[in-house]
Amino acid sequence: MGIITCRDITKKFGNFTALDSVSLDIPQGEIFGLLGPNGAGKTTLIRIMNRILMPDSGELMFGGRPMQPSDVERIGYLPEERGLYKKMKVGEQALYLARLKGMSAGEASRELKQWFVKFGIQAWWNKKVEVLSKGMAQKVQFIITVLHKPSLLILDEPFSGFDPVNAQLIRNEILQMKENGTTIILSTHNMESVEELCDNIALINKSNLIVTGSVEQIRREYGNNQVEVLYRSAASLSSVMGASDAPFGIVSDEICKNARRAVLEVPKEVSNSQVLAVLIDKTDIVSYQELMPRMNDIFIKLVSDRQN
Amino acid sequence: MGKSKIAVIIAREFSVRVKKKSFIITTVLAPVLMAGLLVVPALITMYSGNMNENLTIKVADRSGVVMPYLERDTVIRFEPIPEDAVDEQKKNIEESGAFAILEISPLDSSKNVSIQAYSVKQIDVETRARIRENTREAIKQYKLKSYDIPELEQMVNDIETDVKIDTFEIDPETGKEKAVQVEIYMAIGYIASFMIYMFIFMFGSMVMRSVIEEKTTRIVEVIVSSVKPFELMMGKILGVASVALTQFLIWIVLTIAIVFGATAAMGSGAVKGQTELQAQLAAGGMAQEQLSQVVQMPDAAQDASDSGAFEIIDMLREMDIASIVGCFLIYFALGYLLYASLFAAVGASVDNEADTQQLILPVTIPLIIGLFIMLHTFQYPDSALSFWGSVIPFTSPMVMMARVAYGVPGWQLALSVGLLAATFLGIAYLSGKIYRTGILVYGKKVSWKDLMKWIKR
Repeated sequence: MGIITCRDITKKFGNFTALDSVSLDIPQGEIFGLLGPNGAGKTTLIRIMNRILMPDSGELMFGGRPMQPSDVERIGYLPEERGLYKKMKVGEQALYLARLKGMSAGEASRELKQWFVKFGIQAWWNKKVEVLSKGMAQKVQFIITVLHKPSLLILDEPFSGFDPVNAQLIRNEILQMKENGTTIILSTHNMESVEELCDNIALINKSNLIVTGSVEQIRREYGNNQVEVLYRSAASLSSVMGASDAPFGIVSDEICKNARRAVLEVPKEVSNSQVLAVLIDKTDIVSYQELMPRMNDIFIKLVSDRQN
Repeated sequence: MGKSKIAVIIAREFSVRVKKKSFIITTVLAPVLMAGLLVVPALITMYSGNMNENLTIKVADRSGVVMPYLERDTVIRFEPIPEDAVDEQKKNIEESGAFAILEISPLDSSKNVSIQAYSVKQIDVETRARIRENTREAIKQYKLKSYDIPELEQMVNDIETDVKIDTFEIDPETGKEKAVQVEIYMAIGYIASFMIYMFIFMFGSMVMRSVIEEKTTRIVEVIVSSVKPFELMMGKILGVASVALTQFLIWIVLTIAIVFGATAAMGSGAVKGQTELQAQLAAGGMAQEQLSQVVQMPDAAQDASDSGAFEIIDMLREMDIASIVGCFLIYFALGYLLYASLFAAVGASVDNEADTQQLILPVTIPLIIGLFIMLHTFQYPDSALSFWGSVIPFTSPMVMMARVAYGVPGWQLALSVGLLAATFLGIAYLSGKIYRTGILVYGKKVSWKDLMKWIKR
């Protein structure tokens, strides 16, 4: 059982059902992607996990037992819409929020100073938030979120507002924390970072959980069994193959810079070796690789399928 | 866990506000202004009397009866001049050093005189009053004498009567009598309930603005992922309450210190001047009669107001000051808690301060009604309106404070405080429900229907 488990969570706001019997198990120690279009119910689910909202029905398990109010001290939450007190000094404010997470003043102050040194922002301690840029404020917010060493980190669009350099810094911190055993729930519309970071994902659409599983498995599942072949040859693959009974179809075939590029559709029962055996006699193969669909395409496909 | 986090919230709300420049300025400046309000008029009364001390006014008295009375004046020096020297004196008015030249007409057929006064600068109100009053007295005495009735002067003095009403309250159980002075009760009731009204408004909207700030900066979502929304709301309300109490304390201490310091520095004269001035103000401003009384009989007036001041102090001593202050604190605390929870709910329901107007009305209207009932109550403390106003929770903090100084039966106090406390608990519960939903709702004009839904949720 994972660190946090939702069982048949339903939440209604008046007549509107925000979550309809959603069950989800988030494995310990990995980065879990929570995906879905705007208004699908992601934020509601995240708020329920943070005990900001209470579900109408369903059960929430944390660390294998029903979630307790004090469990929120083991969670770090970075909401999508985030802010700080404008008129309060950075250090004071960070200390305050850390103490609300149950840290003692001394401990919080020690940890904070380490983080400020690590991020090279010691000079900001006595600055008011209103003089910080958006990216600077985001850095402070990230530190506040992870300061109390939560065992579960819930990050909603953590990279928005960061320049590429700082986004990389945050990405490395996230990976480091995963390394140290922290479970991270990543809610984002940035599918590249999902492919890059996430082990498992769940896709929520219109209040329902529609897909969950590992990124690899989902990409494979939603792929069209296509392979990409780069080869060198005077003639195109289609003309070379002729009307032969090849165990694959040719989707496209075009000239690239130094070679030709063909996309083949391979039936499930045919192995890559069989395809290669056929090709190797006819052309000079430069590369051969399975084409995995982008998460972006899968996302669009799944969401628009349900809409129709 | 919950308790210590509320303490953290209270501490932040307190320290953020206390460190603000505006807090420091109002906390220090208000007592200075208050003290100024008490001390400056006293100073003015004290020194303005001396302003005319070196004035010389030349008088051509054709009546032959006024001059002796003018010469008795303790402040202005009236100097007789020959009747035919008026024109010449007028020409040389600046060189002669005279402030003014008076020409008093001969007595006419009805034994009255008219006065022409010539001066370079305007003749001030006090000087005019002195001239008029001295002349009036001279003519009065002359007329009395002309009746030629023995001891008429004595008789007239006997006729003049000053009516003073001493009021006493009888305790029906013990039969004890207690001297009371209604004006003081009115003043105390008025000041106390107006202060409650003002402070509830001031600190209640402080809570509301703070809720809106947390909502618009979006920090609220992070906070409620650590503490329950109700804890945040109560922490905020109590934090602002602690600011209010701190401010009261500093105000009281500073005001007392400044008033006493200034009084000591100026000597007791200031206090006398002060009570004099208050006596005049109370009797309807600087009416001619009052002014002339002061001018005519400065010593007598001072004696009277001195004894008045002592009476007031005695009265205050007899009234149970501790219980009035106690009531003030209880009613301020409970009234503030009740209204602050409502203000918090309003703050949570809007995105910015401009949107509060529609929702704030039902909160401020009972507060203002309370103020109006209070204006009636401090004159009629035992009317039915006053009774109900002081028992119904939304108006009771103001109305009861207006009644307390007059003495209120214990059961009414208990009922009123009990109802207020119970209503606070109920309202805090409902406000908490509105608050916890409202703080997460953005970009929506909230209607009354929405609020009802949030409460039911």
